[in-house]
Amino acid sequence: MSATDEIERVARLSHGRLVAILASRTGNVTAAMDALSDAVDRELEVWPVQGVPARPEGWLIATARHRAADAGRTAARAAAAAEALTLMEEERMDMGHAATPDRILNLMFVCAHPAIEARMRTPLMLQLVLGLDARRMAGAFLIAPGTLGQRLTRARAKIEAARIGFALPDGDELAPRLANVLDAVYAAFTVGIDGEGAGDAKSTSLAREALWLGSLIAAQMPEASEAQALFALMLYTQARRPARVDGSGCLIPLDEQDTSLWDARMMADADLALRLAAGAPTLGRYQIEAAIAAAHADRRHGHPTNWGAIAGLYRGLAALHPTTGALTGLAAALGEAGDPAAGLTVFDAADATHAAAYQPWWAVRAHLSALAGASGQAIACYDRAIALCPDPAARAFLERKKANLRSSCLADLPRDFSSTSD
Amino acid sequence: MHYMILNYTPPSEYADADAVAAAAEGVVWGAYTRALIEAGVLVGGNALHPSHTATTLRVRGEGRDIQDGPYAASKEQFGGYYIIDVPDLDTALHWAALNPAASSGAVEVRPVVMRGSA
Repeated sequence: MSATDEIERVARLSHGRLVAILASRTGNVTAAMDALSDAVDRELEVWPVQGVPARPEGWLIATARHRAADAGRTAARAAAAAEALTLMEEERMDMGHAATPDRILNLMFVCAHPAIEARMRTPLMLQLVLGLDARRMAGAFLIAPGTLGQRLTRARAKIEAARIGFALPDGDELAPRLANVLDAVYAAFTVGIDGEGAGDAKSTSLAREALWLGSLIAAQMPEASEAQALFALMLYTQARRPARVDGSGCLIPLDEQDTSLWDARMMADADLALRLAAGAPTLGRYQIEAAIAAAHADRRHGHPTNWGAIAGLYRGLAALHPTTGALTGLAAALGEAGDPAAGLTVFDAADATHAAAYQPWWAVRAHLSALAGASGQAIACYDRAIALCPDPAARAFLERKKANLRSSCLADLPRDFSSTSD
Repeated sequence: MHYMILNYTPPSEYADADAVAAAAEGVVWGAYTRALIEAGVLVGGNALHPSHTATTLRVRGEGRDIQDGPYAASKEQFGGYYIIDVPDLDTALHWAALNPAASSGAVEVRPVVMRGSA
């Protein structure tokens, strides 16, 4: 590995840790990011000539400190220099322990603090912990790059000005704050998965980055069932990716996928994480969602999908978090369990305002309508779902279902009627 | 680190100066203020006359534009503030949550710009 590659690898792997170390006292995350980026530039000049040091991370942080002190010298020369020396000494000891990944966890809690605008938590975490730049993320989050950059700058400034603490919350505060952190990580994951489906190459790595953040939280908080469950949920989802699309680029529904294409090792890791979560279960959305994913994953052992059990889990999820997604899942499971009428009742009873732009709602409604024999209704819903679908594989799947439905309708009609209708 | 805790209360709660004064000395606000003092975090603060006593002024060109009433018309009225000295936002939010206005109206927490330090 060349010195340049090594610098990039170290900076990338340790971005969050270094920003957390540099910023945890002053709270100035922007200055920490800038100092780190300066340090990387500096080492890019030095390491190719002098060789990569034994502990590259320690060097990066020392250089970043020097740079930060240089920057501060114009403001308050002596004080800044003295403080920088003290801090450098402390950090050297810190690096010696090597037990600093918890610092990243602290930084993640800062990013997902309730005082940070909810929509900015995920991009802020990706920027500070993983070093992703705003331009790269903007597309995935459907925000103009300049706007995202400004909002991130404002969020970083608030961390410092309002002094959002780097200490982990304790007691009753921990669970709700952890939920914020997990939601932000899962948002990164779903943005990555959705973007990947829609053919955005930049999104592809986002799911993997989220998985990495999830693994870090799970490792740091073995007793937090929701953290384990989120990690399991993301692993199950990621493990199924290779089986998602057929040779013609058409989506294959979960219960028809070739389970031999699923990533067996990732599935086993997911099982393990979910077992950890089950050791001390709490009532949380990720434990239910991971249990649903595990029920689907059980098909790889030759068991038929237990739709009745999955419907029960969705019912619990919908009771806990009555989101459009949970209700759609419940309706689909009821339909697959043999009761499409019950599924359609779920749709009819729900508040449809959030569903207007939610593609799965219309796709499942179409499927259930077709099962219940309401073909006209089904075709109208398929049209709506197709119009809302950015993912080519899913669109191809929906179009195929609609075409099949149409031809079976026509087959049922008197011959002279069908010939004039086309 | 100093934070200002701004109390926003429903207008019906404290209709006039007497009501404000009585409330400030009363069980609920009095207990909150004492708690801040005993914890050693209180720097200062005041209760204000109700917002109908406010006057809002703008200087535009040569003239002064003076209007009756508070600057921001909102359902809750800005009724007073505390300045507290605590280490970080979470601690400030802990105290804000105990503020009586938090349950009847709203509480805003703002960091104070510290001069000469940092």
